[in-house]
Amino acid sequence: MNGISTYHENTGFGARPLYARPMTSTQLKALAAAATDHPAKDLGSDHPSIEKQCRIALANCGYIDPERIEDYFDAAGYFALDKVLEQYTPRQVIQIVLDSGLRGRGGAGFPTGRKWLFAHEAPGYKKFVVCNADEGDPGAFMDRSVLELDPHAVIEAMAIAAYAVGADEGYVYIRAEYPVAVKRLNKAIGQARDYGLLGHDILGRGFNFDLHIRLGAGAFVCGEETALLNSVEGKRGTPRLRPPFPAIKGLFEKPTVLNNVETYANVPAIIRRGSDWFSSIGTDGSKGTKVFALGGNVVSGGLIEVPMGTTLRQIIFEIGNGIPDGRAFKAAQTGGPSGGCIPAEHLDTPVDYESLVRIGSMMGSGGLIVMNEDKCMVGIAKFFMEFMVEESCGKCTPCRLGTRQLLRFLEKITRGQAEMSDIEAMESLAETMRSTSLCALGQTAANPVLSTLRYFRHEYEAHVRDKRCPSRDCKFMARFVINDNCKGCRKCASACPAEAISGTAKKKHIIDGKLCVKCGACLESCKFEAVDKEW
Amino acid sequence: METSCCCGQYPLREIIQPIVERNGRDPSMLIQILHETQEAMGYLPQDVQQCIADELKMPPAEVYSVVTFYSRFTMTPKGLHTISVCLGTACYVKGAEAIIEKLKKTLAVGSGQTTADGVFTLDICRCVGACNKAPVVYVDNDQHEFVTPELMVEILSHYRDDQEYSAAESIVDPGLPEQEEAQL
Ligand SMILES: Cc1cc2nc3c(=O)[nH]c(=O)nc-3n(C[C@H](O)[C@H](O)[C@H](O)COP(=O)(O)O)c2cc1C
Ligand code: FES
Repeated sequence: MNGISTYHENTGFGARPLYARPMTSTQLKALAAAATDHPAKDLGSDHPSIEKQCRIALANCGYIDPERIEDYFDAAGYFALDKVLEQYTPRQVIQIVLDSGLRGRGGAGFPTGRKWLFAHEAPGYKKFVVCNADEGDPGAFMDRSVLELDPHAVIEAMAIAAYAVGADEGYVYIRAEYPVAVKRLNKAIGQARDYGLLGHDILGRGFNFDLHIRLGAGAFVCGEETALLNSVEGKRGTPRLRPPFPAIKGLFEKPTVLNNVETYANVPAIIRRGSDWFSSIGTDGSKGTKVFALGGNVVSGGLIEVPMGTTLRQIIFEIGNGIPDGRAFKAAQTGGPSGGCIPAEHLDTPVDYESLVRIGSMMGSGGLIVMNEDKCMVGIAKFFMEFMVEESCGKCTPCRLGTRQLLRFLEKITRGQAEMSDIEAMESLAETMRSTSLCALGQTAANPVLSTLRYFRHEYEAHVRDKRCPSRDCKFMARFVINDNCKGCRKCASACPAEAISGTAKKKHIIDGKLCVKCGACLESCKFEAVDKEW
Repeated sequence: METSCCCGQYPLREIIQPIVERNGRDPSMLIQILHETQEAMGYLPQDVQQCIADELKMPPAEVYSVVTFYSRFTMTPKGLHTISVCLGTACYVKGAEAIIEKLKKTLAVGSGQTTADGVFTLDICRCVGACNKAPVVYVDNDQHEFVTPELMVEILSHYRDDQEYSAAESIVDPGLPEQEEAQL
């Protein structure tokens, strides 16, 4: 990168100097003017119902080669950064983001412009911008896709945020489970530096900004913003007490803006096309689009992006093409381990921040798992609670012990050993956790239990009162019995790890329900269809 | 505890020093350093942690506190192949639990454990970001999609054959009923 060199691209019309290093403002403008909304070539977009969607954050995903910055230039890339540096003061940039109504896509939905404003106004020379690419919600992969398919959009947006708040250094915190995303982002950062879009005196406008990557190491709580900052500093990822909020005192005690990958991915488009355009999409309180990772029991799963306010029914049945194998819909889970299960009666709820909270779930980062009638809701609650027990960082007592207690209750229920009073005890414990935990992990950890209790209480009661799992899902609710087909071959008895099967050779055997561990080994081993599984 | 990292068991300092150097001897790079060290050594036993602490001039307790906090760091050696079954929500809904049960039976290990012969380690992870292909299982760095318990057994046999591993009996606890399957 010494002086201005020129990169010759062979276009078929002879070599023409197109992509100069460092990139100049004039060239960016020329490229942006030539850019079409959707670059013509489709490198394999992933979802069958793409025409029913509205793509802003994912606009380039699948359309450009993420490893070529030139492709991103051709899609008007870095034009927004140039526009910002040329035309706007930091305060004006913040105003545009405020006017657009953009809210955080990482979970809580805090207005992005407000966050930037706090950091902008916070005193201090050294400030940071941080990107949360920890994507801990098990069942979500929006951020992974954006980073893998359009890494430059995040880099550009972070540079814009840095300019707006007065930062000169940024960090992207990526979970170690995403090696491809790390590789592509690394490459993209290298290219951006090469073109003078990161580093010193960006686009010759006296603005300095550089970006580093930090890897996570497998801890869900590190998605929480203050825990993430500790982790970037190389420490245990335990949350800090708030306030002070990161915008005032964040990374290395300096004012820090922290946003989610998808939040950032919206920013260049907002700058390019204006806040009015963005705020014309979506609902009153929730502007723009949301990316969902649609998965579970649904025909066409995958990444989808829809305007805020689209109903769950449209998402699941029109875009996702419904439930496979002729099964019926039972619930949709949004918001990951902090969210809740939404039953069929609320399928027409528009998906936006407020509506989801009203029905006991939340937007979260965008995991949307569809469940059919074969899934036990108590089992789902137990699944999330197991996750929470593993991931509670242990710093505060309500969360550390509360999650374990809740799991113990749920285990009792799914084993048919619970009493009705346990359900009330769970509800009161959940309230204690909500009001006294240190961070949102503990405060929301009971949500999966509360929301399933709210909509599927009858399932809990069937487990507790009738010792029965209506969905035939809870393994410990099954009973194995031997019928008259039994030839007394002893095969099941030797297969049984719990020695629960007794009987002499050539006579019908019996299974002792008290000893049975419900592993199903007898059923698998029997050649005469003499073992029945009853519910 | 002074120079335990030069105990001769591995040329520790030779491995660790360049890693620490590459990361600017910066304590805030600890997690990165631990990642790279684990990549090189396979795991992070106490003497390795001590050595890193020495190099970074920080208390070993602090290194230990970080190693134990994050689930990707391990203080025990892993098997030749690591099987990571995704137990994220999408994979759970699509039946990942049955795969784990099958693996536990076939390999006679619990999650996080390594088979007696050191060939396979069974791990559970939470969402690898391929939820539309659930259930997903990683063996080392290979992603296997739409896995069923039966398919899983087949996949295992590939890895076993790969390094001409034949003693299938030793993988399976003879007391367990699933031997036929393991011998595939
Ligand atoms: C337990 C917990 C886990 C979280 N995980 C994530 C995550 O994986 N990704 C993310 O972007 N935000 C996550 N958040 C939300 C962040 O704390 C923070 O609100 C967000 O990154 C801010 O960015 P935004 O304003 O752009 O949404 C999590 C929060 C909590 C409490
Ligand atoms: S839940 Fe398994 S890959 Fe996401």
